[in-house]
This record gives sequence, C-alpha cells and structure tokens, in this order.
Amino acid sequence: MKRTLGTLTHPVIGDNPITVQILGICSALAVTTSLATALVMCAALTAVLTVSCGLISTLRHQMPQSIRLIVQITIIASLVIVVDEILKAYAFEISKRLSVFVGLIITNCIVLGRAEAFAMRNPVGASLLDGLGNGIGYSLILIVIGTIRELLGAGTLLGYSVLATVAEGGWFTPLKLMLLAPSAFFLLGFLVWAVRSWRRDQVEQPEFRIRRPAAGGRP
Amino acid sequence: MAGPDPMSWWQRFRALPKDSTPKTLAFALAVALGAAIVVSIATVTLRPLQKVNLERERQARIVAMVSRAIGGTGTLTAYMVDLETGRLARDMDPVTFDAEAAAKNPETSIAIPQAADIAGLGRRAKHAAVFVRFEGEKPALLVLPVYGQGYQSTLWGYLALKGDGNTVAGLSFYKQGETPGLGARIMEPAWQALWPGKRLADETGTLRVQVTKGSAKGPHEVDGITGATRTNNGVTSLLRFWLGDFGFGPFLKRLKSGEIRP
Repeated sequence: MKRTLGTLTHPVIGDNPITVQILGICSALAVTTSLATALVMCAALTAVLTVSCGLISTLRHQMPQSIRLIVQITIIASLVIVVDEILKAYAFEISKRLSVFVGLIITNCIVLGRAEAFAMRNPVGASLLDGLGNGIGYSLILIVIGTIRELLGAGTLLGYSVLATVAEGGWFTPLKLMLLAPSAFFLLGFLVWAVRSWRRDQVEQPEFRIRRPAAGGRP
Repeated sequence: MAGPDPMSWWQRFRALPKDSTPKTLAFALAVALGAAIVVSIATVTLRPLQKVNLERERQARIVAMVSRAIGGTGTLTAYMVDLETGRLARDMDPVTFDAEAAAKNPETSIAIPQAADIAGLGRRAKHAAVFVRFEGEKPALLVLPVYGQGYQSTLWGYLALKGDGNTVAGLSFYKQGETPGLGARIMEPAWQALWPGKRLADETGTLRVQVTKGSAKGPHEVDGITGATRTNNGVTSLLRFWLGDFGFGPFLKRLKSGEIRP
C-alpha cells in the first residue's frame, strides 16, 4: 500500500517532471500567462499522460521491440487528438487561446518519457498511478507559475479582479513583463532554486569543476 | 490430414515470438486500426458541437466588425443576392441559407471558369447572403461574405463596405487554418484595423486593392504579414475575385446606380 502511494506522490515533488527532470518546459512557458489556460492545459496533459501510460502498460508484453516507439507515439497522438477535439467542442474559447499547445502535448517529453521509462516495465495499476502522479506534478508547477504571472501581470485571477489596477482606478500597476515568456523562465528558475534549497538531495553533482589557478594564490 | 487447417494456422501464429515479422506487422496494423477508430469516433460525434461554436464565433465577429465600422450597433438587414444578375432575390430566406453547403451542391452552384478562378474555389454558390444597412432609401453600409484559398486552408471572412461600394469599412476573418503566428495573424484585430478607409478600385474602376510585401503605399494597399506571403496573396486574390464580375461585381454596379433599395 505504501509503495502504491509512493508511485503516486513521488513524482509530485521528489521527482517532479519540471523542476527535477526539467521536461515539458516549452508548454510550461507558453500556457501560463493566465491561470485558466494553465488549468485546462494541466487537465489535458494529465488525462493524456494517465491514459497513455495505462494503455502502453497493458500492451507492453505484446509490443514488438522494433516498433515500440512508433506505437507509443501513435497511442499518445490519438489521445491528444481526442482531447483537442473535446476542448474544441466544450471549451472553445480556451482552446483558441491554447492554439497549438494542446496538439504539442504529443511532443511533450514527459509523456513519452514516462511511457518509455515506467509504463513499459510496470503493471497497469502502477503505470496509471505514475502517469497521474507526473500529471499532478506538472500541474502543480503550472498552477504556481500561472497564478503568479496572471496576478502580477494583469492583477486578476481566473479573470476576476484581485489587485485593483491603475486602469480601473486602483493602485496596482501591472508588470507587463510577467505576460512575456522570459518571466516564466525567471519564475521557473527561482522555483527550481527554492525546491532544491529545501530538498538538498535534488541538487545535481556538477559535471566538471573549475580548476583553481595554482600560481599566485595562497597555499 | 490434407488442406490447411485454420486452427493450426492461428496456433502457429500465436506461437511465434513477439518480435517476429508477422507479429510485428499484425501488431502495427491493430494499433493503427484501433487509433483510427477512436479518432474517427471522437471527430464525428463532436463535429456538430464544434460547428455551433464556430457559428457563434462567426456571428460575434460580424457584430464586432460592424460596430467598429459604424460605431455602435446599427441594424443590418440580411438579403439574398443573385450573384449573376446582381439583383436581390427576395423570395429566398437568408437566415436558413447555408453558404458552404450551397457551394458544394451542383444544383445551387456553378463551376467557375479556370481563368476567372483566382481565389482557387472551383465552384461558387449562385446566391449569397449579404447584410445591408439603409439610411432612408440609400445603402450606408454593406457586409459581404468572402472566402478563398490561403496558404494551407480556406480563409472565411466578411468584408464591410461603405455606401459607395468602394471604401472599406472593415475586413474580418472568422475561420482559417493558416500557420499559427504567421498567416493565422489575419485573425488579429491589429491587422484587421489596417483595412478601414482603404479603397478597392481607382477612378477608372479597375480593382487595385492589394496586400503588399513590406509597407503599403497609396489608398489601395495594405501592409502584408511578414513571413506569410501566400496568405497575403490569398487575401488579395479572394478580395479581387469576390469584388470582380464572378463575385459581387454585378451587385455592386446596381448598388452604385441606386437600384438596390430596402
């Protein structure tokens, strides 16, 4: 029972796909200008990730090694198309704002990464939990960044005014930088730094060390 | 025992290792079929809902464009136009008219001669639904549906003209599948804001309207979108087609001579 729960909770912070594995950065930057788009993107990715991990794990004993990557991509791509069609039918406005980024879930490294690294070697139940856990981990980061960017960039949350902006007669001057992609890089950097200061085990060993100059220095 | 036994064939297939060529092929086929079925079901069952969304978007865009063009929401009346004669077809109902279906149906459409088909349409409907706002007896604003081939999709939009039938009051696209960030920018308000005030034809009546490469010169030209040459050309072509003799040309002629009345 404890192991099962670990499969679900480990990817949320301990092995978070964004802050630890540094995957899925492109969409994390693109869809976090507002919280609403971030939430829909999180739901779409989590659904695709969970179902694809389950399906790929179900088929893992039959899957021929020579074509396993293309089969995984076919399954993922089909699921993404289905999710995209559902969004176009039921959440038209949001799907227009997400534009190509729902379609680009196909190329999101998290999805193929979990399929290849986990679902191909583990039973269906564990794979479903692993997909769900990674989806939640991805969502957590997107929600944090989306909240900060919308709040500081427009003074709103989910479209509701929280900080009264100068344009509406309030005191808050929106930081336009927050609505541009670089701010997401900064926030993500700070977030990775914060998480790794708290969880020292996540700090990677440097790949090389700078050699100290021998001459002229103290012994 | 003579003759092939289907059971033994199946058992022999099952006994093959999973990486053998027949099993690999069979697996690939099964996955492809399964994926195709799932995607098809999703697309077909959700299409009616998506159509409703697109229709709502189209109407919202007409309202937005008209309110920009005339400052406030004046009442527009829908009319059917017989494109060949340019007369109003008052016996037809513009509300139930489906332009996309009419353009495909051989009974309600005609083939466009190759030389005249600059917008790459193939066929066009015999009729079109237009919106006109009259001030007294004179038309003050008209909205014409226009569409044509862009770079990788059909561009669907509305062109609003002032009462003279030559001055653009607005151009708005509501459906397209061009490259996001490049050709798809024809949907952006900033680009559509370049259109009001542009003139379609010069004094001699020759159509001069054009989306140019680089910056526009003169009252007939509009700045093109950088990196979307074929979308720009598509917009030019579809405007010239729909304003020409095979499009609304005859209708606009009657409008200028004062024949079109409420």
